[in-house]
Amino acid sequence: MVYVYIAVMAFVTYLIRVIPLTVFRKKIENRYIQSFLYYVPYTCLTAMTFPAILYATESVWSALAGVAVAVVLAFYNKSLLTVAAFSCAAVFLAEQLLPVL
Amino acid sequence: MKKQDFQWGLKDGVPIALGYFSVSFSFGILALGGGLTIFQAALTSLTNVTSAGQFAGLQIVIAGGTLLEMAVTQFIINLRYALMSLSLSQKLSEGVTFWQRLLIAFANTDEIFAVAMGHGKELSFSYMAGLQILPVMGWTAGTAVGAAAGSMLPEAVNSALSVALYGMFIAVVIPEAKKVRSVLATAALALLMSCAIYYLPVFSGISAGVSIIICTVAASAAGAVLFPLYEEGRTE
Repeated sequence: MVYVYIAVMAFVTYLIRVIPLTVFRKKIENRYIQSFLYYVPYTCLTAMTFPAILYATESVWSALAGVAVAVVLAFYNKSLLTVAAFSCAAVFLAEQLLPVL
Repeated sequence: MKKQDFQWGLKDGVPIALGYFSVSFSFGILALGGGLTIFQAALTSLTNVTSAGQFAGLQIVIAGGTLLEMAVTQFIINLRYALMSLSLSQKLSEGVTFWQRLLIAFANTDEIFAVAMGHGKELSFSYMAGLQILPVMGWTAGTAVGAAAGSMLPEAVNSALSVALYGMFIAVVIPEAKKVRSVLATAALALLMSCAIYYLPVFSGISAGVSIIICTVAASAAGAVLFPLYEEGRTE
């Protein structure tokens, strides 16, 4: 069953990528569709991150530490890798410190 | 194949590949934790090459969602690639054939798209092939290593690494939200809706995958109506 899930995922994802690149070579002119597509990555990533991230780690507090560090570093335009790495480090540190506090 | 273009692409792909390796590492850990085998996790990465889509897909697999739910979720989450593929198609050089386009489409990820669009010249197939090959390998290998090593790592390390993907998502959203007020507004709306669906008992029947679709479509549609773009990334 897992393979069927993977096949459906891969198939749909590939179709989305390949159709505009091969079939539709004209530009989208409709301003509302353009706007909708422009907002999609940001709304989607946000909806996936919150509140799920709060329950991804061993405690909500360590997750919040990870969120805080990620938000601050992202605000200063740090690279994806830097933000992800320091966010993990913050969670790790918070989980080491929390039992002590 | 033009050797020089290919090498140029390879070079531009190295930092993406390194970033992918570390981020997909955490996907591997999550996938194994969700009951997938190492091979299934790596196969997912090799055939999808998309962080957000795979991540949401994994949640559906774990929750035992329907195939329709899976297809619709992937469609909505990955819809942005349609826009990217569209932009990319305008920048490919005339010599790129139909069959080559089929290959280029396969790994048109956010980061590869960003680098390709930042490339000063028209995009040849050789350049795109060079650019894509290392990130795809990094993404797949990182997943396999993460899935294999995940069970051997201490719990505290696994816990910390499980926020890597989320951290990357935050790193994509914040800079744009800082620059464009309407992105901040639509992302905030998506956040509120997502939390409302998660916490309010009224919505307890809505699964994680469906919640992502609802929040994405509703917040993006609200953004399109309230703040339609006049040009790329600009509202008035």
